[in-house]
Amino acid sequence: MGDLVLIGENETNIIESLSFLLKRAGYDVAVAYNGREVLEKIREQAPGIVILDVMMPELNGFEVLEKLEEEQLLPKTKVLMLTAKGQEADKKKARELGADKYITKPFSNKEVIDCVGELLKG
Amino acid sequence: MFGITSVLIASCGFLTLLFVVAYVSNMKRSSKVRELINSPLVYTLSLTVYCTSWTFYGAVGTAARSGLEFAAIYLGPTLVFLGWWFLLRKLVRISKTHRITSIADFISSRYGKSTSLSVLVTVMAVIGTTPYIALQLKAISKSFLVVTNSSPQFIEYVSNNSSWFSDTGLWVTLVMAAFIVLFGTRNIGADEHHPGVVAAIAFESLVKLFALLAVGIFVVTTILLGAGGELLNPGVERADLIKNFTIQEGSGARWMTVLLLSSAAIICLPRQFQVTVVEINDEKSLKTASWLFPLYLFLISIFIMPIAYAGLQIMDQSADPDFFVLTVPLKAGADGIALLAFIGGFSSATSMMIVASMALSIMISNHIIMPVLFRIQSLRLDSREDLSQWLLNTRRASIIVILFMGYVYYRYSVRADALAAIGLVSFAAVAQFLPAIIGGLYWRNGTKQGAIAGLGAGFLVWAFTLLIPIFERAGYSAGILEHGLWGIVWLKPEALFGLDGWDPLVHSMFWSYTANIGAYILVSFCYTANPLERLQSALFVDAFRQSGVSESRVFKRSAAVDDLMDLTQRIIGRKKARELFRKFAESQGSSESMPEPSAELIADVERHLAGSIGAASARVMVSRVSIGEAISLDEVIKILDETQQVIAYSHQLEQKSTELEELADQLKEANTQLTRMDKLKDDFLSRVSHELRTPMTSIRSFSEILLDEKNVDTSQQEHFLNIIVSESQRLTRLLDEILDISQLEAGYGVWKDSHINPHRILKEAIAASSGMAHSKGVEIIDESNIAAFSTVGDADRLMQVFINVISNAIKFNTSEDPYVKIYNEKRKDTFIAVIEDNGPGIAEDDHDAIFSKFGRKWEHADGSGLGLTISRQIIEKMGGEITVESSLGNGARFKIILFRAKDNI
Repeated sequence: MGDLVLIGENETNIIESLSFLLKRAGYDVAVAYNGREVLEKIREQAPGIVILDVMMPELNGFEVLEKLEEEQLLPKTKVLMLTAKGQEADKKKARELGADKYITKPFSNKEVIDCVGELLKG
Repeated sequence: MFGITSVLIASCGFLTLLFVVAYVSNMKRSSKVRELINSPLVYTLSLTVYCTSWTFYGAVGTAARSGLEFAAIYLGPTLVFLGWWFLLRKLVRISKTHRITSIADFISSRYGKSTSLSVLVTVMAVIGTTPYIALQLKAISKSFLVVTNSSPQFIEYVSNNSSWFSDTGLWVTLVMAAFIVLFGTRNIGADEHHPGVVAAIAFESLVKLFALLAVGIFVVTTILLGAGGELLNPGVERADLIKNFTIQEGSGARWMTVLLLSSAAIICLPRQFQVTVVEINDEKSLKTASWLFPLYLFLISIFIMPIAYAGLQIMDQSADPDFFVLTVPLKAGADGIALLAFIGGFSSATSMMIVASMALSIMISNHIIMPVLFRIQSLRLDSREDLSQWLLNTRRASIIVILFMGYVYYRYSVRADALAAIGLVSFAAVAQFLPAIIGGLYWRNGTKQGAIAGLGAGFLVWAFTLLIPIFERAGYSAGILEHGLWGIVWLKPEALFGLDGWDPLVHSMFWSYTANIGAYILVSFCYTANPLERLQSALFVDAFRQSGVSESRVFKRSAAVDDLMDLTQRIIGRKKARELFRKFAESQGSSESMPEPSAELIADVERHLAGSIGAASARVMVSRVSIGEAISLDEVIKILDETQQVIAYSHQLEQKSTELEELADQLKEANTQLTRMDKLKDDFLSRVSHELRTPMTSIRSFSEILLDEKNVDTSQQEHFLNIIVSESQRLTRLLDEILDISQLEAGYGVWKDSHINPHRILKEAIAASSGMAHSKGVEIIDESNIAAFSTVGDADRLMQVFINVISNAIKFNTSEDPYVKIYNEKRKDTFIAVIEDNGPGIAEDDHDAIFSKFGRKWEHADGSGLGLTISRQIIEKMGGEITVESSLGNGARFKIILFRAKDNI
């Protein structure tokens, strides 16, 4: 059984392409459609990595990061921020809040998959 | 009836009481007394020195003879105090600044401190006031006779035939002279303030008001209405009884003239100037006086008509109506009231004589006697130690002279005349001051020569047209009245230049004012003012504006301090002079008791001396110890202009800085707004970027999958391609909407206004949405009614709005049994389309957000979030509103409100 990857995203088409790619690469995939759900699923399923969108309902990606930090879940679960907010300030903020990697949409499939592999390995 | 002795005792008692009041007030022992004396109340009461025995006795006489004419005497001052207070305020302000001591001082000061003017005004004032004092003497002596002896024949006999020795008038004059000398010239103040006298006058004002009110109330309650009614004789119907109590026909001009005279008198009478302007402590007192003084006049004249009426009814035809105030109570047997009335009349007469003779004596001594004495070398006044004793003595002598002039006038001319007629002659004389005063206050170009010419001409015409006829009629005829001066018909005193048939008073005022004002203006234009005149004129006319110009800047003078000191202590006394110089030294910052000699010091000394001896005399005195000259006219004007320019400039600066401040505020505001808009733009771009990236992400990702992954089955490939296509369409739609909104915002793009029926468009929108509803399984309930309603707008755009709102209601409806209900409400001028759904609803906090750009937060992948923003812009452009009522879980109700078209397109 491969590592569990949690997709935190509210755009169904993006979820579909990510799940397809991740499954092809041999990972187990879980999906959360909003920030609250992301937190719940990390607590319950302790995925090895979460692919986290910033603009999500209920709690946005940054808020999710803050919560994870509070609950000290971060070292266990790696965070790959995947977002359409591509400004430097956003990247910096994500790093400060403890995200491991930041990839801007639209992304290259290869880059995402490679990155997930690296993070899980490291 | 009273014996002579008891009346004498009452009179002397009253005078003693007056003396005590004055004495106590002069002591200024307690601060309470001082406060009262300086109060606006006492000030106002002192103004009522206007109401003399002319008012007390004569007003009833005038009312009985000429009806309402008497009222004009009180209406004039009332109008001045109510309506012309600004003129009084200016007079007071100037007089305080320049330490004016009298009306002569005021006029002379305004026209360059001219000695000739001060002498002229003094002479005019003395001659003009003489009949007025005679009036008081007549009133006192006759009222004395009336109250001590009832026989009119005896009174007639005494007043016409008595020798000098047995003449009551002479005794009254002597007693009054002694009293006033003791009373009014006790010391010399720096500013001619006489608090004791003012207090006594205020006291007398209460006495006379009380007495006249008592008589009035007695007459009304006892004679006219009460038990004394049997005295009234209904059988006697004097022909003039009724007609008398109106303004008589044809007397309009006379009435207006009397009104003008009384208005002028309240300013120009020397005694009124003294109490109103010179004695005032605080300018604010004028405020109180402006209503209290008219009120007093109203009260004191309220019973005049009833008393006159009662007098005409119950007295013999031969009775002198001037003394009804006394004779009516006497006839009714009310001796007590009669004695009170006598004291009231006595009080009103003495108050006038005290203030008038005091004011005149100040003028005579300051402007005539002292200057003359200074010129008589043998008196060596220059080298005398203390001149204040001399000053007092000249004043005492002046008082006696003034009173005796009044007596002589009384004895030789007016014994038989009515009181009011005598008084009006005085009014007409002092009214000649008015043009020079008003011109002096408001007309820069009035000059000394103009004032002298105007005053002189007016006074000569007055004397010729009013004074000469009196003496002619009194039996000293030279035939002028009948045949004209030197036998020239055109020079008849009461028909000057053939102007015949006018009332003598109106005639006199017409010609004297014509001569006065004409000469004043014409001569003023012919002469140029000297520097000092220019300065004074500017200081007077712009009294409220200029504070920066002082005399010391205009006149370069120098003097030895010792000489100045010497001069000052001789006039105002050693102690006061020391005090003055010490204060000045202090203001120079010096610890010495002697100040440095400077032009300011000289000007200051002159001002203080002016307070004691008048501006013109002070100038002459100071010029003896100082050397120097007036700087040139050009320089004076330059200084004045400079000052005014500085004032104007600083005013401009102030204005400019206010403007700048406002501008800065506006800029700040604009900047804030720009910053906010910039931030909005950034947000918008960031949102746009996000919204564009989202479909692009899917497109790229699936394209890569299709490229990279070889073993994807056909159906899945097709599915991925479908996603790519639909995301591309989404991208296009998004771009279209962004373009749309920017066009709407910028106000260009396709927009065709026409008269449209929103209901018809709503129907079309429902039809267009039905396919979508069907595929989503949402029921559309159309309850809209056809309604004739016309508004102006773009039909396609409105359609876009309706479709947007309806498709939102369909798209986001996640209910199990979804429906969209559409209906319309039509009120008089509004059409309301309502689109209601049973979907998830919108939290109230988000109601604003759904209408803002990208406000709807990523709840649903479909749509850009710009739809409602565009809809709102379209509806607002049509003058309507779009609103939402909703809460979470309860569906939503959107209302689109349109208003009936008002005009054509």
